[in-house]
Amino acid sequence: MLKQIEGSRAVAEAVALCRPEVICAYPISPQTHIVEALGEMVKDGSLSDCEFINVESEFAAMSVAIGAAATGARSYTATASQGLLYMVEAVYNASGLGLPIVMTVANRAIGAPINIWNDHSDALSQRDSGWLQLFAESNQEALDLHIQAFRLAEELSLPIMVCMDGFILTHAVERVDMPTQQQVDAYLPPYAPRQVLDPAEPVSIGAMVGPEAFMEVRYLAHAKQQEALTLIPAYAAEFKAVFGRDSGGLLHGYCTAGAETIIIAMGSVLGTIKDVVDEMRADGHQIGVLGITCFRPFPLAAVAAALAHCKRFVVLEKSLAIGIGGIVATNVRMAVTGMGLKGYTVIAGLGGRAITKKSLHAVFRKAAMDNIEPVTFLDLDWKVVNKQLEREKAHRKSGPVAEALLRDVGVIGARNY
Amino acid sequence: MSFQPVKFYQTGTFTVGNRLLPPEERSVQSSSKRFNSINSGHRACQGCGEALGARYAIDAAMEATNGQLIAANATCCLEVFSTPYPETSWQIPWIHSLFGNTAAVATGIAAALKVKGRHDVRVVAQGGDGGTTDIGFGCLSGMFERNDDVLYICYDNGGYMNTGVQRSSATPAAARTSTTPAVGPAPGNVFGQGKFLPAIALAHDIPYVATATVADLRDLEAKVRRAMEIRGARYLHILVPCPLGWGHASHDTIKMARLAKETGIFPVFEAEHGEIKSVLAIRRPLPVEDYLKPQKRYAHLFGQQPKVGVIAQLQAQADRNIRKYKLLESL
Amino acid sequence: MDKPFAITLDPGSSLANRTGSWRTLRPEYIDRLPPCNAACPAGENIQDWLFHAESGKYEKAWRSLVENNPMPAIMGRVCYHPCEGACNREQVDSAVGINSVERFLGDEANKQGWQFSPPAAATGRRVLVVGSGPAGLSAAYHLTRLGHQAVIHEAAPLAGGMLRFGIPKYRLPREVLDAEIKRLTDFGVEIHLQSKVTDVRKALADGFDAVFLGVGAHIAKRAYIPAGDACKVLDAVAVLRGMEGESTPLLGRKVVVYGGGNTALDVARTAKRLGAEEAIIVYRRTRKQMPAHPFEVEEALQEGISIKWLTTIKEAGMSEDGGDIMVEKMALDDKGFPQPTGEFERIAADSVVLALGQDADLSLLENVPGLVVNKGLIEVDAGMMTGHPGVFAGGDMAGLERTVTVAVGHGKLAARAIDAWLSGETWTPPPRHELATFERMNPWYYSDAPKTVRPVLDIIRRQSTFDEVLGGLDESNALFEARRCMSCGNCFECDNCYGVCPDNAVIKLGPGKRFKFNLDYCKGCGICATECPCGAIKMVPEEN
Repeated sequence: MLKQIEGSRAVAEAVALCRPEVICAYPISPQTHIVEALGEMVKDGSLSDCEFINVESEFAAMSVAIGAAATGARSYTATASQGLLYMVEAVYNASGLGLPIVMTVANRAIGAPINIWNDHSDALSQRDSGWLQLFAESNQEALDLHIQAFRLAEELSLPIMVCMDGFILTHAVERVDMPTQQQVDAYLPPYAPRQVLDPAEPVSIGAMVGPEAFMEVRYLAHAKQQEALTLIPAYAAEFKAVFGRDSGGLLHGYCTAGAETIIIAMGSVLGTIKDVVDEMRADGHQIGVLGITCFRPFPLAAVAAALAHCKRFVVLEKSLAIGIGGIVATNVRMAVTGMGLKGYTVIAGLGGRAITKKSLHAVFRKAAMDNIEPVTFLDLDWKVVNKQLEREKAHRKSGPVAEALLRDVGVIGARNY
Repeated sequence: MSFQPVKFYQTGTFTVGNRLLPPEERSVQSSSKRFNSINSGHRACQGCGEALGARYAIDAAMEATNGQLIAANATCCLEVFSTPYPETSWQIPWIHSLFGNTAAVATGIAAALKVKGRHDVRVVAQGGDGGTTDIGFGCLSGMFERNDDVLYICYDNGGYMNTGVQRSSATPAAARTSTTPAVGPAPGNVFGQGKFLPAIALAHDIPYVATATVADLRDLEAKVRRAMEIRGARYLHILVPCPLGWGHASHDTIKMARLAKETGIFPVFEAEHGEIKSVLAIRRPLPVEDYLKPQKRYAHLFGQQPKVGVIAQLQAQADRNIRKYKLLESL
Repeated sequence: MDKPFAITLDPGSSLANRTGSWRTLRPEYIDRLPPCNAACPAGENIQDWLFHAESGKYEKAWRSLVENNPMPAIMGRVCYHPCEGACNREQVDSAVGINSVERFLGDEANKQGWQFSPPAAATGRRVLVVGSGPAGLSAAYHLTRLGHQAVIHEAAPLAGGMLRFGIPKYRLPREVLDAEIKRLTDFGVEIHLQSKVTDVRKALADGFDAVFLGVGAHIAKRAYIPAGDACKVLDAVAVLRGMEGESTPLLGRKVVVYGGGNTALDVARTAKRLGAEEAIIVYRRTRKQMPAHPFEVEEALQEGISIKWLTTIKEAGMSEDGGDIMVEKMALDDKGFPQPTGEFERIAADSVVLALGQDADLSLLENVPGLVVNKGLIEVDAGMMTGHPGVFAGGDMAGLERTVTVAVGHGKLAARAIDAWLSGETWTPPPRHELATFERMNPWYYSDAPKTVRPVLDIIRRQSTFDEVLGGLDESNALFEARRCMSCGNCFECDNCYGVCPDNAVIKLGPGKRFKFNLDYCKGCGICATECPCGAIKMVPEEN
């Protein structure tokens, strides 16, 4: 059914259709509207047979989900940024124990300095945790991915993060097509746990494993994730059959046929990129887009195949691995090893900095002529940066960096263009 | 109600069993059909009080719930010595997640059971003093506040024992640990405010709070039984001596717990909704020296020049407990 | 369940880890000798019969008791219970009232008509027992149990020896004595009354394979006291014996008894009951030095008997009618010996009874070679055999510790030695376990349970009748008392070891079958040994 609702609301309704049994949540911007909506649904009875628990921290939220999932209940939580970091010990624990928890990550930058706006640093900081990671491009895709996520997680017995850009998607009101309960029930069977805490068949879960078996356990986790590379496209195909649209899958190509330059990105920024690519195509550029939906497991073969015929690729990402460069970019480079392609990294939108069509036009055109640095920081204010560098050279006690920059910039918040 | 011993029949109810008592009046531990929730072959040290306390508590819980019990366990001695791959000594459904989240995991288990309509299955969370009073404090308080249907059992041996006897907020004053060594002008642990978690649990007004020791088996079992009659957040704090960490002989484990109670160092009581309902009175009062002397972790208080002042402070603490909790029947 | 590798484990897999290999010390169940058993002159297995009594199995308890002592109803009245003196429970609250429980069992046996279990197969041997006092009765009983024919020849017209002719009725009612003796004769012991044995050697030749002498010591010692012709000076033995006859002795209204032993007290208390207005005991030394048992002294004083300590009798029969005596006060010198002070006092008295000790009548042994008599006592070896092979002796004639219980013990010991001797062997005592001292126990577990007190007859009734002074316990009190026994050194299945093992390494074998250690898992921590209330577990070093 078509609805004009906020992205958070859409996700909440989709999650509710999946018949979750235990929802535990701790509030953090920008995930709050999702859990508030779910809480209300539980309280007024529209979401029945579900326990909604207000926990005292994100660490507790993931822990409650662990306990619930281990007891055979379909469990869900949501978080972002600082909250995700606070629960990291439990995040690793959930994947290590093989519990199919679904978690929405409303992507937000990680402090210090504290910043509530969108970038991908939070989810990507957990890329090695053993969780499956999917990135939604739109509100529709966000709600669709949640339905696929439950199925995927429970089939593989692995936890899964569904990532959607904080504020940009969560707080945007868009038209979405909300499935019916019947459709979801047809697609998503009840949770049949692989292992469960039950007095009828006692087991000890969470043993201490030493050198003699630890490597095997880790290998098995890796192998398990690899199975998702087959399942994800299959489940996306099934989804299309039941719900009537393309959603999910490992990758989405756009205008890649005959493209010399392919822009690779994740999340909502793909919308802006596609608009720019349309305009550049009209100008005669052979340029295309590759959107990565499944980040973990990283679809090495699919990415390589998608880039097989281009000359160069530009990875535009809202993330930065301090000390080395791009995160998505390094993952992509691993896929295209030996293929002789030229590759460029553009770091953009950190901490919610707006990514404009004007800036993208400029950087893509330069890239198409191989006229950019290997790593570019989009729209960086070099004046401010250089001033700070000078300051630090001149005075040992130069004070906190962030506060100094804010004074220089003169305005707190995103710059207006 | 605290278990009141029967005052005749030779050993009455102080011993584990008694062939003269009808079977229903004997302890759960005396039965040859007892569950042995934690079985032989675990790697606890010789004379481990925690292994004993865990079996006592969980067997009693199994009896009280007709075997319908799920246990969550923090990282602690109990978890480490009971589940080293490929062996587990647990005979019940059991999960170990992390160090500080056991109360939350138990909340999750309880929620799942509720949703699935399995009202007969009950949940127990277990942790050491470190995992309960320090790193697990936040989750514990959250569970209390929400009144989740979980019985949390803390096995208090006064330190982070399995990592090498380091100090926790439950370590008693003046005790030697590897992070409060017996050197310098103020050897051993500091004299701070002390963090007595049962009192904090009382302040949460949860339905049931009790303390117990491994030396008073009947009392401990009665408390577990009572706790299982109640729904909601419940807390049981059991004193379990550690021969290794406390530096006493392995055969004196139960004796040390007994001395802790008889000197007033460890008050044994039972409370509901923040009000103390009963107390296991001191049977034969003793000075704190009797408790301190057999433990090497207090050795620096004795010897050629005993630290009389420190001992007096410890005695004052014990006396305060006796007054506060009315541990002598005359009070 | 499809369990993830290594992370999830099946229950109970720890049993593959045999932690028993960690041990340096190993626990062992042992039996230690309870101090009551150790102290009993009759060698009763007190802990065992109390164990049965505790669960209300009185007949089983009685049968255990009579394995060693055939006369519990008597012992429960006359024994001085050294067992209670040795009882470890004294250090918890007060000693167990073993004597009271023994009396209860004995009385119960008489009430229910329990008989001894059948003896061993007849051996065809005949043993002569001289004297039907406690030593003789005990020897005859044990010999009969072992399958021999015991034949008692008793000089007096009634059986019992000192039980009948020495101990007053108010301590040992005659119905009780008769009942215990009847059980023995029903069992097969032959008693010939008014049949004095004068020549032991002849008896041996007459078809007896061995002889046990239990003639007692019933000849009163006399002291030289100047006395007028009309003076009534009697001896205690004769007085007490006279109580069993047709007419009781006439002692008059003021009776003086000379001596400080139990016999002196018995005479004084008897005199009171016979109607004496005054019964005064004159004793040479102090109250503390009196050989009489303190509780008898206490009872006597309650009955109004007065005692003059540090006093001797210088002269008797000072008045015309033969009464009155002159006494001299004594004082202890610096070495603690009484010395005359030269202070005299005249005391009114109708009769004087000497209770100065007793000697054995050894005339029947004149022709028997090899016998050694030393200070009026017959010398015997560890197996109660005299210098003459085949002739055994026990009781008051063979030792200076003269109590019924000691005599019973002698009789038992002699019977066993005789049995061995008849097969050409020497009886050796079995090795004893180590003593179950209080330090080896864990008294915490014994709850506060004070001793029950036996009902005592009112003073006036005591003085005028020969009713039993000390009553017995009723069943619930006897049961309570039996259950106060701490079972020193012997497992009483309290389940403590089974419960306190952190490694679940104690196997419970079932009621009556005790426990076993599971050495596959026992780490040797020793908590079981420390928490065993009765000290029946010992830690021993592991050899390997």
